[in-house]
Amino acid sequence: MCRIGSIKSRTPLHPSMALRLMLSQQEGHDNSGFAMVMQDLAGVFAPYKDKPLLSLACTDRGKQIVSDYMDKKGFVQVFQWMPEVDLRPGLRIAAMPAYLFRNYDYPENMRNAGREARDELLLDTRLALRKLLEREESGFIYSFWPDVLTLKEIGYPEDIALYFGLWEDDGRLMAKNIVTQARQNTNYAIVRYAAHPFFLQGYTLCANGENTFYTKNMEFQKSLHRGYIGFESDSQNFLYTLHYVLHELKWPIRYYKHVITPLPFVETEKRADKKELSLIRESLAHLEINGPNTIIGLLPGGQMITCCDSKKLRPVVVGGDGEMVAITSEVCGLNTILPARDASKDIYPHEREMVVIDNDLAVRRWNQ
Amino acid sequence: MESVRTQDVSFNDLPWKIAHYPERCTMCGSCVAACTFNAIEPAMTRRSLTVSRKVFPEPVQEHLTRPVILQKSGVENACVGCGMCEKICPNAAIAPVRNPDSRFPLLARIKGPVKRGGRTNLNAQRTLDSIIVGRISQMTDPSLDSERHTFDIRSPFGRVLQSRELPLRVEGDNLVLADKTPPVRWIYPAVFSDMSVGALSTRAWEAVALATAYLNEKYGMPVRMCSGEGGMPIKLLVSEQLRYVILQIASGHFGWNRIIKALPKMKTDPAGVLIKIGQGAKPGDGGLLPAAKVAPHIQAIRGVPKADLLSPPNHQGLYSIEESVQKMHLSLNAAFGFRVPVAIKCAASSTSVSVYNNLLRDPYKICGGFFMDGIQGGTGAANEISLDHTGHPIVSKLRDCYLAAVAQGLQGQIPLWAGGGIGMTGNAAADAFKMLCLGANGVIMAKMLIQLLGCVGNERGRCNSCSTGKCPTGICTQDPRLIKRLDVDRGAENIVNYMLAFDSELRKLLAPVGNSSLPVGRSDALVSTDRAVADKLGIQYAC
Repeated sequence: MCRIGSIKSRTPLHPSMALRLMLSQQEGHDNSGFAMVMQDLAGVFAPYKDKPLLSLACTDRGKQIVSDYMDKKGFVQVFQWMPEVDLRPGLRIAAMPAYLFRNYDYPENMRNAGREARDELLLDTRLALRKLLEREESGFIYSFWPDVLTLKEIGYPEDIALYFGLWEDDGRLMAKNIVTQARQNTNYAIVRYAAHPFFLQGYTLCANGENTFYTKNMEFQKSLHRGYIGFESDSQNFLYTLHYVLHELKWPIRYYKHVITPLPFVETEKRADKKELSLIRESLAHLEINGPNTIIGLLPGGQMITCCDSKKLRPVVVGGDGEMVAITSEVCGLNTILPARDASKDIYPHEREMVVIDNDLAVRRWNQ
Repeated sequence: MESVRTQDVSFNDLPWKIAHYPERCTMCGSCVAACTFNAIEPAMTRRSLTVSRKVFPEPVQEHLTRPVILQKSGVENACVGCGMCEKICPNAAIAPVRNPDSRFPLLARIKGPVKRGGRTNLNAQRTLDSIIVGRISQMTDPSLDSERHTFDIRSPFGRVLQSRELPLRVEGDNLVLADKTPPVRWIYPAVFSDMSVGALSTRAWEAVALATAYLNEKYGMPVRMCSGEGGMPIKLLVSEQLRYVILQIASGHFGWNRIIKALPKMKTDPAGVLIKIGQGAKPGDGGLLPAAKVAPHIQAIRGVPKADLLSPPNHQGLYSIEESVQKMHLSLNAAFGFRVPVAIKCAASSTSVSVYNNLLRDPYKICGGFFMDGIQGGTGAANEISLDHTGHPIVSKLRDCYLAAVAQGLQGQIPLWAGGGIGMTGNAAADAFKMLCLGANGVIMAKMLIQLLGCVGNERGRCNSCSTGKCPTGICTQDPRLIKRLDVDRGAENIVNYMLAFDSELRKLLAPVGNSSLPVGRSDALVSTDRAVADKLGIQYAC
């Protein structure tokens, strides 16, 4: 089982905060990897917030493939940051030769395009790069989106942190929102794309537990959208459903919960909106989840959400101190990074609840 | 000495031989009275017996006449093995015994094709028995507690729209329905399949209807029953309980006159309408109700004289799937104000996927379910050649249809209901669960219901005399004396008890895979011990 967590802060945070949140939950993961998505960046990326940021781990050949493709498509590189890696011997990490974080300006013909067109271009570009890199086994592309950075690696989280210098609060790598996971690898081969959080067009998600409806989710999602690919992890299903409900169907966020964990029929019958809820359940029956899961999501606008399965078989806790709110699997994580908070105000969302944290850190709780 | 007439039929040519034990027999006559096939008779035999008539033993051998029960030897009086004689005998003095050297299949055809009821006797293979629920939740995803957790056991019946087509409008944080949508009912995932009043005795039909109503009203299980082709009693058509009944229309249109006339008086809508194109037991053979079973009340319900009632093998005037959708589906939808789902039932066939694909692409979005019936489905009457040699196994066909929908992203749009042999070995819940995992939304079952009422027919040639009007259990006959053999309340109680067990057993299968709602299409929950089955169905092979 994995441990997951996220932090939303009024002021930008360094990744060391995310590491501290996760390392205290060591008993729940097996050192098979660490990953994070940072959104609303500060530090070196601050001047380029509107320029799509490519997060990439690759070989030299991969670097060349990406550069060639981006040149051909008219993307103009405006900034590049490469972490200075610590090559001391003995670090337990399966590192790639290079890690690239590049901001690009849009191709000239897209600079005045509408947002939707740009969103589609960024997705198509990421999918094309993924395909090229996969074909030559020369790297992994995690995200290509403005103001979003993704880092994933296989190994011991504390060694991954040492390798990338994540413990050093030097002000270069900072963000107001961080979603992170320390992995416990169970069902699947250790592949980088299987590591949470997953990202698609501004939506970030990580989850723990088993998605017992993986097969039916996956079979349905494959034909819903060209971006729903990979399925290296059964938790990608949750991201794709989040994206489908909010980005494609443009439904309000509360309906995500109705789609993944529909109310029992006897409860729906008593509701004023039973017709709407029934229709949603009928049409999206194959997006229901029915296993033990907790989900943490980060939306394009910066809202952070969490909810769990309909039997609350995977718990999660939300706590904050006014400056920062964190969501995580175990309360010891909160105790580590938020020791002075009023723990009596911690929220343990129940099986019918969805918690939304707004950008002003206001915490909203909705019952399904 | 008399020479043997080898071409005479004797009872060792027949499928069943009567074993009679005169030493236990009191000659009460019950067995003869109980035998509806006139297969046995009392007779006198001359025997060489050793007797002693004195107060002290003085054995003497004498030739004496003794009354016995004898089997008749004609083909028309052949014992069918129903065992009613054995059931009624107080002294266990008589029983039918299967005759492995029967010449019956040859002898019976002298009078034309053999007709019978029941299921196929040849294709009794059980694909479902080589499939195991093998993906058991352990540790990372806990199994549920079948006694304590709540389970959401419901399936859709009706045309489901794709999410992008839903007429939902965003108002603030809410979605609001802005237009009409096709009717969809969430019902129990097992439908009592179509057996008509006519094929069944009125009392047997009533027992199934009674069980349906009881399950709904007492236990809140929304089980639906299909009327079968042949209409319904007016009393039920104009009752509140009509909402538990799916009305069937088939190629003979029997009973529809009554249904249409009752429309203005209906207090509630029926659960649905099922258009029967064909059935798995006798695909392409049409319906058959022999004149022997067309009693006065059946004539009244169906509006016909006493005659063989043959439903044509196809719907007259129907040219194509598209036309079926336009003519039949639209008109039946319109008849009930577009409030009642209209589904279609076909025999499983090599062509089922094409039919299903066509329905999925129907621009009217009006077909509310695709019911498929496999070769192991039962019937009240059919030519044996159809029963045994035509049809299609249901399991792979159901899977093919589901995967065809998956390939187009249309799974769930037209719910798949499958049947034909569900519960054949007595455990319908296991069969149903496996079919659900392979992509069915629900199952249909019929034969096992009449077996619960007391039918003794089976796939090894026992009884299966539903076509004769002589059903010894009073289930498939219209003979008033025979009908009285069936205790309606006890029969209904058997069905209710079975369905309660079915529900519990379904939970017992849901719980270990960690699911509280139906795992439709969750093929990863299954493994097969048969490599060919695993490959065909796309599930894991295990050994």
